[in-house]
Amino acid sequence: MSVFLAFLRKEFAHILRDRRTLLIVLALPLMQVLLFGYAIRNEVTDVRLVVVDSHPDAVTLDIRNRLGGTGLFHIVAVEPTEARLDRLFRTGKAQVAVIFQPGFGDLLSRGQVPQVQVITDAAEPNTGSRMQAYVTQVIQAWQMERQDAARAFRIHPAVQMRFNPTLKSVNLFVPGLIALVLTLISALMTAVSLTREKETGTMEILLVSPLRPWQIISGKVLPYLVLGWASAISTLVAARVVFRVPMRGSVPLFLAESLLYVLVSLGLGVLISSRTTSQRAATMGALVGLMMPTQLLSGFVFPLESMPAWLRPATNLVPARWFVVIARGIMLKGVGITYLWRETLVLALMAAVLLVLAIRTFRVRLE
Amino acid sequence: MRTILFLMRKEYLQLFRDRQIRAQILVLPLVQLLLISNAATFQVRRTPMFVVDEDRSTTSARLVEHMTASGYFRVAGASPSEARADDALLRGAATIVLHVPADFEKELMRTRAAPVQLVLNAENGSTAGVVQSYAAEIIQRFAAEAGAELRPTIRGIGPAGTAAIAAPVPGMARIETRTRGWYNPDLRYSDYMVPGILVVLVTMSGTLLAAMSIAREKEIGTLEQLNVTPITRTQFIAGKLAPFWVLGMGQLTVGLVAAKIAFGIPMRGSLLVVFASAGVYMVAALGVGLFLSTLADTQQQAQFVSFFVLMLYLLMSGLFTPIDSMPRWAQIVAQFNPVTHFIRIMRAVMMKGAGFTEIATPLAALAAYAVVMLAIAVMRYHKTTA
Repeated sequence: MSVFLAFLRKEFAHILRDRRTLLIVLALPLMQVLLFGYAIRNEVTDVRLVVVDSHPDAVTLDIRNRLGGTGLFHIVAVEPTEARLDRLFRTGKAQVAVIFQPGFGDLLSRGQVPQVQVITDAAEPNTGSRMQAYVTQVIQAWQMERQDAARAFRIHPAVQMRFNPTLKSVNLFVPGLIALVLTLISALMTAVSLTREKETGTMEILLVSPLRPWQIISGKVLPYLVLGWASAISTLVAARVVFRVPMRGSVPLFLAESLLYVLVSLGLGVLISSRTTSQRAATMGALVGLMMPTQLLSGFVFPLESMPAWLRPATNLVPARWFVVIARGIMLKGVGITYLWRETLVLALMAAVLLVLAIRTFRVRLE
Repeated sequence: MRTILFLMRKEYLQLFRDRQIRAQILVLPLVQLLLISNAATFQVRRTPMFVVDEDRSTTSARLVEHMTASGYFRVAGASPSEARADDALLRGAATIVLHVPADFEKELMRTRAAPVQLVLNAENGSTAGVVQSYAAEIIQRFAAEAGAELRPTIRGIGPAGTAAIAAPVPGMARIETRTRGWYNPDLRYSDYMVPGILVVLVTMSGTLLAAMSIAREKEIGTLEQLNVTPITRTQFIAGKLAPFWVLGMGQLTVGLVAAKIAFGIPMRGSLLVVFASAGVYMVAALGVGLFLSTLADTQQQAQFVSFFVLMLYLLMSGLFTPIDSMPRWAQIVAQFNPVTHFIRIMRAVMMKGAGFTEIATPLAALAAYAVVMLAIAVMRYHKTTA
């Protein structure tokens, strides 16, 4: 036992000695939390609008003032023709163009139906849709007011945003961020650490020592378990303190679930290390095989519902995907195990399978 | 010059000798491209909607029909109980709840105005915003159409002496609004993301691999050996960076071809503009990689530092979230990020067909960045191992 403890102490010493890596590993999640909280937004504000109005009259001026007065739009230019429109869009100077049919006011007063065109830069489809919706809503509202009230039908939707009333994007990202941190430390660093021993040849020395294989694995893995869990908690605390990210559910449950996820990541890390011989390969393998899917396929940034149908089953293989659902459920929705038992079960199964696999392959390789 | 060529050859040999690196350079970018382009989308597809219809009238049924007919919504459940709807939201079975109150139709007939309630799962704030705007648009259109149909008929003697039925009333402002989205008529997310992803791939080769390559030399000691040779600082740096420049350009080419074939990504601008900008960008990216390598002693450190910096660059570049949505200070910071400019250029050229004149500003920024970065890196690099 004392041998094992001495081994554990050596491992911790190794990690703490590499200041630079440690700094990065701790600073990375913090940096991301700050970025996601302060800089990364998805709101559509301050839209740059260009008006094409060849014959301005009272009506078009009224509508233009309306658009400018909402605070959503910023009229960057008023053009007499569509000639410069292409250039304005290409250089990014304008995002939306509102084009009035010539003689707009006259047509309206004669009871005819004038046309207004709304052209959006739909390169980013969602922004395009939202800008389009905002502009048409302003124009509709203008119409409604002018209309004989007795004629119009109005259905007004009262909208309630559950779980994230302020629509803060940081609330969405923090659960995924925690998963990412855990994956980075528990899987990536474990894999690299184990492979480094193999690469530098000190693994053989360990093997001829009185340490048993399971002691070697747990000795190597335990520091990263602690480090990963600590990093995740510090990320969570930072998010709560700086951005008031909610924690509506039970904290012990959250800690337990993150521990479960750490075990899954550790299993994956050990598995990766058993298949690679060089550190570089281990890192690349972990980055590609683990970090990338975690970032892309877990629902962390890109919603799972947006993915094409054929890709969705693949996301079920990514452990982070299940953890993100659990973390969001606990933090944002405040639900307990009754709603999350299915996801927890999946993680538990993954942990069990991976750990068994890791131990078996490790033992076979060590001889 | 010959020296540089020798160094390049050595670099290539070292690079391609490692089988795993080979796979990563050739196979990985393609895999990444295919995977990311399909996964990286914020497209709002058939959103599951839970309907609580307390009115159960023809109008409410038609409203629901309108919502589903648009293709943006599908009915994931219906129940008169609000508790069930809430449960659906909690379970994640529905993203939006449409709650039609009792007497909806009657109210509408009587006062021409009636409320409905929408409850959205706003975990993902931006998706919720998009879903909300879709729903609002559909409801508005429904109101306008329903108004036209359900308007009580006007029976009476009109000016011409005939019975007028739902005659157009003067003073009723009817405007026809036609909407068009330019550059992305099918609203495909891949068109928007793929140019950005190509940038990511090229950056990885440039910055990450270059930094690691130099760190590896440091780690295994061959750097010291190179330092005692008569080659100059400039020759060494050129010999180190040139291979990765060529590699990056090659990857870009392969990526563009794959993008065209696999995704039908438009290339509305000229390839010359793309490659010229890419050339300048690669120099900037390599400069960054070189600089990072001076900060690390081992490969692992180089990896982590590069990863960290790359993450920072990518997040602040407008790749995933638009620069326009960022707060003012973040937008300014983003201008100092070469990735921002290159992504802007790629998207402008590929999707909008921009030419040199239209991308002059970001291109100039890239050139400036490249020059500065290289200068700093060259100054920092010394032929001594401290």
